Amino acid sequence: MTDAAPEPRKHYLNCEYSVRSWLLTTDHKRIALLYLVSISAFFMLGGILAGLLRLELLTPQADLVQAETYNKLFTMHGITMIFFFLIPSIPAVLGNFLVPMMIGARDLAFPKINLLSWYVYTLGAGFTVVAMVTGGVDTGWTFYTPYSSTYANTNVILTALGVFITGFSSILTGLNFVVTIHKMRAPGLTWFRLPLFIWAHYATSLIMILGTPVIAITILLVALERGLGIGIFDPNLGGDPVLFQHLFWFYSHPAVYIMILPSMGVMSELVACFSRKRIFGYNFVAGSSMAIAILGFLVWGHHMFVSSQSMYAGIIFSLLSFLVAVPSAVKVFNWTATMYKGSIALRTPMLYAFGFVGLFTIGGLTGLFLATLATDVHVHGTYFVVAHFHYIMVGGAIMGYMGGLHFWWPKMTGRLYSDAWGRVAAVILFVGFNLTFLPQFVLGFLGMPRRYHVYPPEFQMLNVLSTAGATILGLGYLIPVLYLLWSLFKGQPAGDNPWGATGLEWQTPSPPPTFNFDKTPVVTEEAYAYDSSSEGHRG
Amino acid sequence: MAEHSSHVAHQFDDSTQQYEASTLGMWAFLLTEIMFFGGLFAGFFVYILGHAQAFAEGSRHLDIALGTVNTVVLLGSSLTMALAVRSAQQGHRNGQLLFLGLTVILGSVFLGIKGLEYAHKFAQHLVPGPGFRMEGPHAQSAQLFFSFYFAMTGVHALHMVVGIGLLAWLFVNAWRGKYTEAYFTPVEVSGLYWHFVDVVWIFLFPTLYLVARHG
Repeated sequence: MTDAAPEPRKHYLNCEYSVRSWLLTTDHKRIALLYLVSISAFFMLGGILAGLLRLELLTPQADLVQAETYNKLFTMHGITMIFFFLIPSIPAVLGNFLVPMMIGARDLAFPKINLLSWYVYTLGAGFTVVAMVTGGVDTGWTFYTPYSSTYANTNVILTALGVFITGFSSILTGLNFVVTIHKMRAPGLTWFRLPLFIWAHYATSLIMILGTPVIAITILLVALERGLGIGIFDPNLGGDPVLFQHLFWFYSHPAVYIMILPSMGVMSELVACFSRKRIFGYNFVAGSSMAIAILGFLVWGHHMFVSSQSMYAGIIFSLLSFLVAVPSAVKVFNWTATMYKGSIALRTPMLYAFGFVGLFTIGGLTGLFLATLATDVHVHGTYFVVAHFHYIMVGGAIMGYMGGLHFWWPKMTGRLYSDAWGRVAAVILFVGFNLTFLPQFVLGFLGMPRRYHVYPPEFQMLNVLSTAGATILGLGYLIPVLYLLWSLFKGQPAGDNPWGATGLEWQTPSPPPTFNFDKTPVVTEEAYAYDSSSEGHRG
Repeated sequence: MAEHSSHVAHQFDDSTQQYEASTLGMWAFLLTEIMFFGGLFAGFFVYILGHAQAFAEGSRHLDIALGTVNTVVLLGSSLTMALAVRSAQQGHRNGQLLFLGLTVILGSVFLGIKGLEYAHKFAQHLVPGPGFRMEGPHAQSAQLFFSFYFAMTGVHALHMVVGIGLLAWLFVNAWRGKYTEAYFTPVEVSGLYWHFVDVVWIFLFPTLYLVARHG
C-alpha cells in the first residue's frame, strides 16, 4: 500500500494488490471476480468446441473430424458449458457479488466456505481439463450407462470425478446463500421487501443443496462401477441402466432451473429499472420462483418417455411437466405488464432483457411440445431437442447473464462501458442466436438426429444457415469482451448509481468498500420504489 | 457492532446471529447429506423389489453379531457426543475432553469392527467384481446386494472418518480451553453432524443386515 499525497478512496479492488490477497481473499466481491475469470475461460473453451462442431456440420460428409472425435467434441462442449459455465455463472459471479450487498450485509454468512467453493470448483475443473487433454471423453454429458460404465474407452472416471468434485462447489454456494438470506438481512428488510433477484437465488440455492448431492452419488457410482467393479447399473448382474437415468435426471432436470432461475432474477431487476416501474405482481413473481424450484423436482421422467419407463409414469410426468409452464408464464406476463406504459430506456441491459423474454418464450413453448408424449416420440433425440434447450440455456440463461453483467459492471468495476457498442453487441447476439438455432427446430422436426457428424445432403442448407449464425453469435460474444476490458482502463467513472436504480447495492460507492456499507442500511420501503415521472428514486 | 467480541466473525453483528447462522448452515448441509444417501437408498429399494431372494441371500451372508455390536457402539458414541455438547455449553473443560475423547474412541472402534467385517468379506470372495464367488441360484444378482453394501457402508465410513477428524480438532481446541458458556457453536454443530451419521447407520443396519431375518 502506497501513501501518495491525494489518498484515493479505499475500496475492495485497491485495498490490496498482491496475488496472495486475491488467492486467500474471503471477500465475496473478490471471490465473485475469481469465479468470473474462471467461468469466462470455460465459456471460451466451450465456445471453441461448439465452433468446431458447427464447422464439421457445414457439409453433409465428414471433413474436419471422424465420428470418434466428433463424439468427444460434443461431450466436452456439453460438460464444459453446463457444469463449468452455466451452473456457476450467475450464482457464483453475480450472486456472490450481489446477495450480501442487496440485503445490506458485510459478507456472506461463511466467507471461508465461499473461498473453499472456488477452490473446489478449480480442482474439479482441473480434473476435467486433464481428462480432456489426455484423450477426452465421449459419453455425452449425460454419462448414460452401460456405455459410460462398461464400454467407453475414454477418460470417463477422471471426468466423472471432475463433475463430482465441482458439484460440491455448487452445494457450498447454495448453502451459503440460504443461510445468508435467512439470517443476515438488514433491519427492516422483510422477506417481501427483498429484491426478486434474492428470491430467485434462494430458490436456486434450494435446488443446489437438494439436487446436487443426488448427481454426486450417481456419478460416483458410475466411477466405482468402472474402476472397482461395484456393478450397480450393470445389466449383466441384473442391474438397471434406467435407474441411472432416473437418478441422473432427478438432478439434471432441476439443474436447468439452476441455470434459468437466477437469470429470471436478473430479469426482474432489469425490467423494473429500465421501465421505471414497480414490478407488476411482486408476490407472484417471488412465488413463481419457489414454484419452479419445487415443481422442477417432479418432472425428471419426461427425459425417459422412450427409455422403457412405464406408460402411466410417462403420462404423470407429462402432466407435471406442463405445470412448470404456469409459473414460468406468470413471470413472462408480469415482466410484460411491468413494461406496459413504463418509461422504457433502451440501454444495453434492457436489450438483453427484451432478448430474454422472446427467446425464453420460444424455448419454453417448445418445451411443451417435448413434454407431450406423442410429439416427444417423434422429435426425441433430434435437433428439435437441441434447439429447445439452447433457447432456454443460451437464449434464456446466458442472455440474462449478459444483461446482468452489463447492469452491474459499473458497480463491480466502478467504470462505464460504451453503451453504443453494448447495444450493437446485444443486437448481434440476438440475430446470431436465432440464425443458429431456429433452423435446428426445422432440422429436428424433419428428423435429423443429434450427435451425428454426417447427415443426408437435403439437410445441408439449414445446417449452413445454422453455422453462419454460430459465426455471428461468436462475434457477438467477442465484442463485449473487448469493450468491457477496454472500460477497465479507459471507461468513465460510473458514480454510485449510473442507472438511477433502487436497491441497497446502489446506495454504496462503486466499486464498493471492502465491507460494502459504511454503516448497516435500514430498509423502510418495498423493493422497486421507482417513480416513473423522475429519473429514479435514490432511497 | 459495539458488542463485537473476539470469537464473533466480522460479517456477523453479534454472537446470536453467528450461532443461528452456523446451526442453520449445518442443518442445510444435513439436508444435502440426506439427499446424498437418499440416492443410494432409493436405488436399493427399487432393486429389492426385483431381486428379493438374491438380496435376502446376500443379507444372510452379513455378520449380524458384529453389526449389532457396531450399532450399540455407535449409539453409545451419540450419547457421549451429547454429553460433550452439554459440557461445552456449561464450559466444563474436563467434561469436554473426557466425552470428546470417548466419542473418538467409540467412533474408531466402529471403524475397526467395520474393517474386520470388510476383511472377512474379502476372504470369503464376497467383494463385487471378477473375484466374486457365491454358491446358490442367486449368485449373480447377490453381487448387486454387495455392491450396495460396500457403496453404502463405505460412504458411511468415510463420513465417520471425517467426523473423527472434526472431533480431534474440537479436542485440541477444548484442550486450549476455547469453548465456554459464551461460545460453544463448533461443538454443537459438529454434534449435529455426528448424530446425523449415527442416524444413517440406524437406517443402514436394518436395511442391510435385518432385511432377511424375519421368521
